[in-house]
Amino acid sequence: MNSVANSSTPSMRTRREIIRTFTFACGALLTGCASSDYVDGKLVLTQWYHQYGEKGTFQAVHRYAREYTKVNPHIIVKVVWIPGDYGTKLATALLTPDGPDVFENQLSQAMVEAGQVAPLDDLFTPADLADFNSRDTALNSVNGKIYAVKMIDDMGLLFYRKSQFKAAGIQPPSTMAELLTAAKELTTSNRKGLYLGNDGGISALLNILPWSANTDFLVDNRIVFNNPRTVAAYEALVQLNRSGTLLMGAPTDWWDPSAFTQGAAAMQWCGLWAYPAIYKAVQDDLGAVIWPALDAAGVPVTFLGGWSAMVNANRPHVAEAKKFLQWQWIQNRKIQLDWCVGYGFHVPPRHSLAISTAKLQQPVPAYAVKMLAKYGKALPPLWSSSMSSDLTSALTNIVKLGHPAQQEISGAAASCRRELRRELE
Amino acid sequence: MTSTTQTASKGKSLDRKRLSAELSFWAFVTPAIAGLVLFMAIPMVWGFLLSLSRAQNTIHFGHFIGLRNYTDLLSDPDFLNSLWTIFVFTLFIVPTTFLFSLWLAIAVHNIPRGKAFFRTVFFIPTAVSYAAASLIARMSFFSGQSNGFANHIIGLFGLAPIQWIGTASPPWYWLVLVSVRLWLQVGFYMIIFLAALQQIPRSLYEAAALDGASGGFTVFRYITLPQLRAATVSVLLLNLIAAFQAFDEFYNILGGSGSSSGNIGLARPPLVYIYNVALSSQDFGRGAAGGFIITFIIVAFTLVQGRLFGFGSAKEGR
Repeated sequence: MNSVANSSTPSMRTRREIIRTFTFACGALLTGCASSDYVDGKLVLTQWYHQYGEKGTFQAVHRYAREYTKVNPHIIVKVVWIPGDYGTKLATALLTPDGPDVFENQLSQAMVEAGQVAPLDDLFTPADLADFNSRDTALNSVNGKIYAVKMIDDMGLLFYRKSQFKAAGIQPPSTMAELLTAAKELTTSNRKGLYLGNDGGISALLNILPWSANTDFLVDNRIVFNNPRTVAAYEALVQLNRSGTLLMGAPTDWWDPSAFTQGAAAMQWCGLWAYPAIYKAVQDDLGAVIWPALDAAGVPVTFLGGWSAMVNANRPHVAEAKKFLQWQWIQNRKIQLDWCVGYGFHVPPRHSLAISTAKLQQPVPAYAVKMLAKYGKALPPLWSSSMSSDLTSALTNIVKLGHPAQQEISGAAASCRRELRRELE
Repeated sequence: MTSTTQTASKGKSLDRKRLSAELSFWAFVTPAIAGLVLFMAIPMVWGFLLSLSRAQNTIHFGHFIGLRNYTDLLSDPDFLNSLWTIFVFTLFIVPTTFLFSLWLAIAVHNIPRGKAFFRTVFFIPTAVSYAAASLIARMSFFSGQSNGFANHIIGLFGLAPIQWIGTASPPWYWLVLVSVRLWLQVGFYMIIFLAALQQIPRSLYEAAALDGASGGFTVFRYITLPQLRAATVSVLLLNLIAAFQAFDEFYNILGGSGSSSGNIGLARPPLVYIYNVALSSQDFGRGAAGGFIITFIIVAFTLVQGRLFGFGSAKEGR
């Protein structure tokens, strides 16, 4: 009786499995499943990375792959470096039987539910687990199982030149009002005060602003952003956009430091990853703060982002892939440190590594590491990209089209709730 | 007896002929049919089954949820906005392209010398990819900085630089989107009109002149335009379908990989919406449903247009 009442009766499940096998077989037929996993008797594992912008990263990942073959002569790691829209290409590849064995990405609950990623709990010793940033591990877990190993922690920083602040007689901003004043003071006829990306900060600050107002998005499986604080936070972005102080139409977007280093904007919201390039251009004149609190009731904030390594559960050599991932991102401290601070700057997700490197002792990175631990915020794996796009549409309507913030936020909250119900079904 | 044998052998050779004709028919047709089935029929049926399924991060259908993907889409303001966006875009771009390409075709047709040169010059942009043209428009012609081409030109008249892409009021981004599409497609439709213009017999113009039709416009109105009817219908039809399928310039000018996503909400056509739903959010069920809704709309518009212009009717053949 119970099984009849259940929406997924055994017979239905079997039927679904048959259809699944059929469609997978068709997919395999179309993509050509003849590709061999072995070359000269050696197992080939494919590993995907998105294209990192910093010089030397491409050579580095190939070096890591060769090092693994040195210690495991029966395995070759084939690195695929993907420029452009990495997320889309990866997601599409994961639908086919020919996807990568190991890849980097951000974990989502949908990936786990679709059975795309293999659980990795058995790769960690208790000591490893204690050494990894516990928040990273929590964000890479779904229903108590770990599905991803954090490679690098990224965070946002607001960069400025100390000399310009001094000349204008202003202090580094600690509230939104102070930021607006600073942006106005620093705007001249051939330089804008602040750069937040070519869409006026809509995508860069979508999450940062409500966090700076001390509110959040998805907590304990509930959508919580429909409140006056989010309204106030997004209205602050409207004010910034109307102030005439924002740089727009730059050739590169907010995550590239060019607009700041070339002097097109006096301040730029960018990230720690760009620190080496920015320091090279600005030297000790460089100053940085995390995003200022919205007001007295807010908090300064930055995002805890970055990339995690995962194993494709639909490939034939999951055990070997897991072993490789364990070697690279859990056991090999040298590679992990090289990847975190050898090119761009990222915070190592392992505490023991983060405190071991002199590179992160310089004033700006040291400040960044401290702030990330104290004020870093992240979205849970349950927060989906369609929720993000609902919220982005709302903020575009608020900032660009002047729609009332409260109405747009309520609308976005309603559609996010619908998405959430769908995910939790 | 002999005659019977002859008839039999004649019949045999006829059979053989028929058989070989039959064989060659299938030899020529099978690859095309196999291609259609493999790349059109199977994906269409698969897509339709997906559109009735919950298919998150998977392209396996089977978790059927009825029409929920369709109702979800039709209650999503972003999707409805995208339909409105493409409707307005089509309403503007189809007549504009029609007028521009007809005007260019007539100009090139009547030019006394250098016809081939101008034909080539106007046709060449057709060979440029929308993605490349969009990037040129975004980063060079309509760059928001003062050294962008458009801003440099208006700067000569003492005007302040304009943010062509991110500004919503006035919506300058439409100027960028429309100019890229006109730049790339007017030449193609011009060629269709040009071919049709060359088909019009001279005798018609001579007869008209004898009948006393004078003045360029009268001749154009009563001779040229009616003779261009077939070309006009195909230009409008192709153009309408192309407009509904707009993706590249919207995606690459307002968004695109490697740029922030806040501007695409200003004018997101349905195909960009579907692309985001299916490939970024990995909801293939909803993506497939969106595809069927767009297909339905294009078919409906085409039928209405066909009815209005009598395309494909018996009259057309005459």
